[in-house]
Amino acid sequence: MAQAILTKAFYTLISLAVITNYALVLIGTMARIRAKVQGRIGQPFYQPYIDIIKSNAKRTSISHGVMFFLGPVFRLAGGLGTYLFIPAVFGSVIFSNFSFAGDLLLVMYFIFFGQLGMALGAGESAHPHAAIGVGRGLAQMTAFELPFILSVVALAAQYDTLSITGIVAAQQGGFTNWAAFTNPLAMIAGMIAFLGMSGGNPFSVVMAPQEIPIGPPTEMQSSFLGMLQTNRAIFNGAKMVLFMNLFWGGAAHENLLVAILIMVVKTFFIYLYVTIVGASFPRFKTEQSIRFFLGVPTVIGLVAVVMQMV
Amino acid sequence: MAPTDTHTRRYQESGAPADSAVANPDPRTITTVPEDPATLATPDVRTVDGQLRIITEELRLANEGLRPEDRSNFCDHPPEVIKPFRAFWENFLNWARSESLWVLGFGTGCGAIELRPLMTSRFDMYQYGIQPRPTPRQSSVFVIGGYASVKTMKRIVRSYEQMQGPKFVLGLGSCTINGGMYWDSYNTVNRLDHYIPVDVYIAGCMPRPEALLAGFMKLKEQIKAGQCEGANRYAENFEWYKANQKRIIKNWDMPDYNW
Repeated sequence: MAQAILTKAFYTLISLAVITNYALVLIGTMARIRAKVQGRIGQPFYQPYIDIIKSNAKRTSISHGVMFFLGPVFRLAGGLGTYLFIPAVFGSVIFSNFSFAGDLLLVMYFIFFGQLGMALGAGESAHPHAAIGVGRGLAQMTAFELPFILSVVALAAQYDTLSITGIVAAQQGGFTNWAAFTNPLAMIAGMIAFLGMSGGNPFSVVMAPQEIPIGPPTEMQSSFLGMLQTNRAIFNGAKMVLFMNLFWGGAAHENLLVAILIMVVKTFFIYLYVTIVGASFPRFKTEQSIRFFLGVPTVIGLVAVVMQMV
Repeated sequence: MAPTDTHTRRYQESGAPADSAVANPDPRTITTVPEDPATLATPDVRTVDGQLRIITEELRLANEGLRPEDRSNFCDHPPEVIKPFRAFWENFLNWARSESLWVLGFGTGCGAIELRPLMTSRFDMYQYGIQPRPTPRQSSVFVIGGYASVKTMKRIVRSYEQMQGPKFVLGLGSCTINGGMYWDSYNTVNRLDHYIPVDVYIAGCMPRPEALLAGFMKLKEQIKAGQCEGANRYAENFEWYKANQKRIIKNWDMPDYNW
C-alpha cells in the first residue's frame, strides 16, 4: 500500500515536472513567435525561467494579510488540481495522474477555484486596480464558461461519460474519430471559449499592462509573483492538455516517448492558435467580451447540445 | 497656500537651486547613521532641520508627516540592510537579476520619451531581457527620465520605496547628474543621488535610445559583478537620504518609508 502511494507520488512529480518545463518553454517560444509577427527578435525562449528565478531571488516581500498570502497558494492549488486530474498521456501509468470516472466535473471546478482564490487574495491587497481587475476577470470568466460548459455537455452526451479517459478512449482509431470531426459544433464552441480562458488578445483586458496596471496581481511581488508565474505555466499546460483530450484525440501511442511527442505537437498547435488569434485581433473591452461569448459561441454550443438530444 | 508653494516662493526669492541646502555632495562618503546603535538615541540625529523626527527611541519610523489617527494604518519598520548570499549562489542570482530587468513604467521627465522606442522593433529591448512593468511592486529598474521636479520627487521616492529589493536606478540625461539645463531652477533637484541611490548615469540631453540601451548593458555588468547594492545603501544611509528628501519635499504627508 505504502509502496503504491510512493510510486504514484513519484509518477506525479515526473508528470508535473514534464508539464511545467514544457509549458515554460512553450510560453517563451510563443512570446518569440509573437515578436516575429511584430518584426522584433524577441526574448530568449528560456526567459520565463529567468523571470521566475529573479522573482524568487528578491530579498524583500510585502504581505497584506493572510488572504493575500493565500491568494497565490489557492491559484497554484487550482493549477495543480486542474492538471493532476487530467490524464496527460492516454494509457500511460506515469502520465495518467489521478484521473477517475467523473474527473471532468472536478477539472471544471478547479479551473474556477484558482480564480476565486486569487480574487480573495487580490481583494485583500486593497489596491483599486486589483479590485477592478478581479471584477473584469470574473465577469469575463462567467461569460466564456457558458460556451465551454455547453461544449462539454455535448461531448458528455455524445460519449455517454464524464470521464476524460473515457472521452479520449472513444476518439481512438484514426483522426476521423476525434471529437473535432465527429462533433465539430462542440469543438468550435469549446475552442472559442479556450481563447477567453487563455487570456490572450482579444480577451486580455483583465491583465493587460496598458489597461489597469496590471489587474489582480498588481500588488503581487517577489515570491508571490514567482508562485503565480509557475502556476501560469502549469495552468496553461493543463488547459492545453484538457482541450487536446476533449477535442483532438488525446495523446495515445504504445511507445511513451512517441505519445509525449504527440502531446507536444498537438498542444503546440493549440497554443499557436491562441497566439495567432491574439496577434491578429485587437483587445475587446469587458462588455464586448461578454456580449461576444454570450452570442455566437453560446448559440453554437446550444445547437451542439440539442443535436445530441435529437 | 500649500506648503510646496511656500517652498517654491522662498527659492524664487533667493534664486538658489532647490537642493542647494545639501551640505555634502557625495552621498557615498557620508552617513548620518552612527555605527553604534546606542548613539541613535541622541536627539540631534533624529531631528531633521529641527522639523520632523525620522526614527523614534524604539527604533521605529516616527511617521510624523501623517495624522496621529492614520499612523496605525502604516508600517513603522525602517528598511534593513539584507546581506547577499555568498559566492556561486549570489553570482547565479545576480545573473538572473541582470537578465530579467523589469522597468517601472513611470516617465518622470521629458527623457521618458526615449524609453518608448526601446519597445519597438527597431531597438527591441525584450531580446535583452528588459521589459516594462506597470507597477513598482514587480519592477526592478527605475529609469529616472530626465529632470526631477520637487513635485515629482515625492512620487519618485514613493515609487522607489515600493519596489522590492534588490532594485536598481538608471539616471537618464544630464539633469539627473547635475541638473543639466535646469541647474538653477527653483523647483528641480540637481543631483539625483542625494535622494535615492543611483547605479548608472547616462549623460546627454537627450541621450539617444542607443545610449539608454548602453546604460542597461552597463547596469547588467554591474549587477553581475555584485556592485548594485543600492537598496542596501539606501537602508544603510536611510536617515541621510530621508533628511535630504525632507529638505525639499515640504508637504510630507506620507509615511517615512513607503512599504
